[in-house]
Amino acid sequence: MAELSVDLVAADRKVWSGSARQVSAPSVDGQVGIMPGHTPLLAVMRAGTVSVSTGDGVAFEAHVSGGFVSVDDNLVTVVADDITPLADPGMDFGYGQGR
Amino acid sequence: MAGGKQRIYRQKIASTASLQKVFRAQELIAASRIGKARARTAAAAPFAEAITRAVSAVAVHTTIEHLLTEPRHDTDRCAILIVGADRGMAGAYTASILREAEKLFGNLRDEGKEYDLYVAGRRAVSYYTYRGHTLAGSWEYGSDEPTPEVAGEIADTLLHAFQAPAADGGVGELHVVYTQFVNMVTQKPRVVRMLPLEVVEGVSAPEDIEPLYDFEPSASEVLDALLPRYIRSRLFSFLLESAASELASRQSAMHTATDNAQDLITTYTRKANAARQGDITQEITEIVSGADALANSH
Repeated sequence: MAELSVDLVAADRKVWSGSARQVSAPSVDGQVGIMPGHTPLLAVMRAGTVSVSTGDGVAFEAHVSGGFVSVDDNLVTVVADDITPLADPGMDFGYGQGR
Repeated sequence: MAGGKQRIYRQKIASTASLQKVFRAQELIAASRIGKARARTAAAAPFAEAITRAVSAVAVHTTIEHLLTEPRHDTDRCAILIVGADRGMAGAYTASILREAEKLFGNLRDEGKEYDLYVAGRRAVSYYTYRGHTLAGSWEYGSDEPTPEVAGEIADTLLHAFQAPAADGGVGELHVVYTQFVNMVTQKPRVVRMLPLEVVEGVSAPEDIEPLYDFEPSASEVLDALLPRYIRSRLFSFLLESAASELASRQSAMHTATDNAQDLITTYTRKANAARQGDITQEITEIVSGADALANSH
């Protein structure tokens, strides 16, 4: 099955990038779930939580302050002014501690 | 008087040597910061790319017209943002920015346009305020370390001016004068027209992209959210590039200053040695001629 290639970028850095099975993002019309093969999409995001899941659970979760998410040919780009990674028990990237 | 000239030379050598230390320190500071500035430029690139791709996706897949992409015909005013340095000791960095800006003023005047000045960087701000220009906006923000927040603030001010009605001093165009970082030895002052936007970069031909694009909530609202971010990100990259250029020209200016100080020290040391030798020769001559005079008198 095809995988999504996901990039999370903030104004001054790339926060996370990798492949995933599902991405959930807070669009202004409600949380959107994106899976491989999604139609091309450009959605405005409100403040909320973005979560990226791989086959074995949630790989990355972060709070975003608003921005937009684009999907094109299984390439998902989450662009936000500010991205704060949430502490994550599954895979520890060292984010979320002492922040 | 013995030692007079020598003392003066020694003093000059000492003061040049202490200046040289300052120059050397500045050069090292600039050199260490420049790597950081370039890393930040690189770190901001993914955001700029993502935004540009999204904006061109909207531009390619829709035919909406947006306030920011349409030329305004109701006003002849332009806004000019000049990005200078906070500190000197960077050779001709600020001077060449100001010269480029002066050229732009001339062009706009020839087209019969008026302009409002927005200036970033203390050196540039003081240049214009000293000459009695009224500045519509000025920022002194630590020009060698710009933050996204400052870029956001500048962008918001400029967007506000662009969206204001003509009667309230609204502007129809926005030009940015900044320094392009070509490489460590070359930095070019450059003028860019930012508004109205010409979204051409990164536009892929429509056949490369799926024809069906979903915009949520709607294409025009997506554009509303995208364009200010696009401008903010462009401005931020201009500020970062200017910062890298400033540091690079400071490094090379301070390197030259260090070398010049060394040359001066060498020259003064030679002169001091010559003066000392001259003094010694004179003393010997005096003693010898004195002894000669005594010997002859007997």
